[in-house]
Amino acid sequence: MAAYVIRRICIMLLLLLLLTLVVFVLFNLLPGDPARLYCGKTCTPDGIIAIRHKIGLDQPVLQQYWEFLRGLFVGRTFAPLSPDPIECHAPCLGYSFQRREEVLPLILRALPVTIWLALGAFVLWIAAGISLGIYAALRRGRWQDKAVTGISLIGYSLPSFFLGLIAIFFIILRFRLLPFPSYISPFDNPVQFLQTMILPWIVLAILFAAFYMRLTRNQMLDVLGEDYIRTARAKGLPERKVIGKHALRAGLTPIVTAAGLDLAGLLGGAIITEAIFSLPGLGSLAVDSVLKSDLSVIVGITLVSAVFIIVANLIVDVLYAVIDPRVRLS
Amino acid sequence: MSLLHVRDLSVAFPTEDGRVQAVDKVSFSIDRGRTLAVVGESGSGKSVTSQAIMGLIDRGSAYISGEILFDGHDLVNSSDNDLRSLRGLRMSMIFQDPLSSLHPFYRIGAQLVEAVQIHQKLSKADARSRSIEMLTKVGIPAPEKRIDDFPHQLSGGMRQRVMIAMALINNPELLIADEPTTALDVTVQAQILALIAELQAELGMAVILITHDLGVVAEVADEVAVMYGGRVVETGGLDDVFLRPQMPYTLGLLSSVPRLTHDVAGRVDPIPGNPPSPINLPPGCVFCPRCAYSDRVPGDLCQTTRPDLLEFSPGHLVRCHLDATQRQDISATVLAQLAGGQ
Repeated sequence: MAAYVIRRICIMLLLLLLLTLVVFVLFNLLPGDPARLYCGKTCTPDGIIAIRHKIGLDQPVLQQYWEFLRGLFVGRTFAPLSPDPIECHAPCLGYSFQRREEVLPLILRALPVTIWLALGAFVLWIAAGISLGIYAALRRGRWQDKAVTGISLIGYSLPSFFLGLIAIFFIILRFRLLPFPSYISPFDNPVQFLQTMILPWIVLAILFAAFYMRLTRNQMLDVLGEDYIRTARAKGLPERKVIGKHALRAGLTPIVTAAGLDLAGLLGGAIITEAIFSLPGLGSLAVDSVLKSDLSVIVGITLVSAVFIIVANLIVDVLYAVIDPRVRLS
Repeated sequence: MSLLHVRDLSVAFPTEDGRVQAVDKVSFSIDRGRTLAVVGESGSGKSVTSQAIMGLIDRGSAYISGEILFDGHDLVNSSDNDLRSLRGLRMSMIFQDPLSSLHPFYRIGAQLVEAVQIHQKLSKADARSRSIEMLTKVGIPAPEKRIDDFPHQLSGGMRQRVMIAMALINNPELLIADEPTTALDVTVQAQILALIAELQAELGMAVILITHDLGVVAEVADEVAVMYGGRVVETGGLDDVFLRPQMPYTLGLLSSVPRLTHDVAGRVDPIPGNPPSPINLPPGCVFCPRCAYSDRVPGDLCQTTRPDLLEFSPGHLVRCHLDATQRQDISATVLAQLAGGQ
């Protein structure tokens, strides 16, 4: 088991290195001049040359990648010889010349909002999706199953921007059941935090809950048809335990994988939900940076969200090995 | 009084294509210490019959009628809970594929201990030592180590031994073995059959062996029930059915067994055609469309009327429209042909 985890961690580190290369190539070497983007709208030819020099675009490509990598580990200084060198502390994800700020603190300010949003929605959708999925599977073909499956199809088909706007219109504007969302840390004002987050949580959770309900239902139906479930019944095990112990253990295993990866994906920013509810998370930061062509921030967010997914992959794989002994030993 | 007495057992499932009559008025009985082999092709209803006895068929999605008397208990009209308390304690079942029949995520020790603790108030340690004792009995080497293995770490034969240990851990009076050797290597098959016979002699339990392998039947059965299209078409003692077969289907089964003693030119005679679809059974004798002798029956009796299961000699029952003399002739001819191959 330990060897398995160590091997997986080594693979993950390699993957992360590869990731930095891909991100670097994607944003610095593709057609289009990053200096032009960094420069912004009010730009002169001289300005572009100055920026090229500042961010080192006039150096060889390998040198640029090396600086980029070095920045991640030990930090780097942009335009070290100029009168106003710009310090970027390790781990340096880049420097936003437009905001005149390092990228990492920008991301760290936005991240908690996204984490709260993702975690809250995660709890809701897992609870609703899995319990409804099991319920539907146990009443397969009856009206309860059809009702749950039908509702999940509706939930699955409603785009979150539509659902979000409807929620804002009716619950906040029309009936004034909640104040207009304004994000605040739960440690500063838990009530306002909950009032702000409850709608985004629900809107985000509905789509995933619908998906997880179907996933759980299909998993459970598969497992309930397995021979070892028949064996459990043949032993005289009460039905409650046949379902709650033997079937759930096997049925929920693939759901762990899906859930881990979905949660990690959301940590990179729930762009639409954050935008609709004006939550200052990673998704909003990304949209804002795209609109402003603030390339370095986009690079930073891409790196951070990719790291989330890779780490989640590792955790999910290890967790899977813990749950399923066949993976552990093969 | 027989340990298990099944009379006119019928099981039907409603499906979108119509009602599937999987089992139709099946009757047989079995005494303690005896072995009944239920023989038939796939789809003949033999597995459904055994699952109906065990109460493993969801009564919400099937029509079950008739009578299953287990030591005087009427199983058809018992509550789910009464059935459950018999399962694994007084009657047990083992299945075809021991790998898929054991839970892949639990150690075999946990699965054995669970089987004990469902029915007996034993501490975990006691249940565990009982499990080790049982693993020893079914011939698992180093059972105190193997007990902590997962099912996928064992070989196919070992897994079936574990299944047998689990089924017999509460000393049941009836063991139903549903094709217990079909998924195993030929050499292992014989070992498993010998093990079942040995434990049967020791525990005095009745065994219902479901199989399509006539070689297995000849080896272990006391009585045989041949099933076709959800019905018992011939039943009797092993000698009755194997040496004095009466029903053309039984004759067909016997002729389709390859024999080592055949000379190279000797043929295996498969039964022509396919088993009937259980949704759309023929109105008369279910075997009629494949029967080579139906033209000897006067009129269209075979095509229109279901034959009854009638006694041919004491304990030997046959479901066929041919009269006794015709069957004797046919049987003698076919058996002579089979013997002629030697």
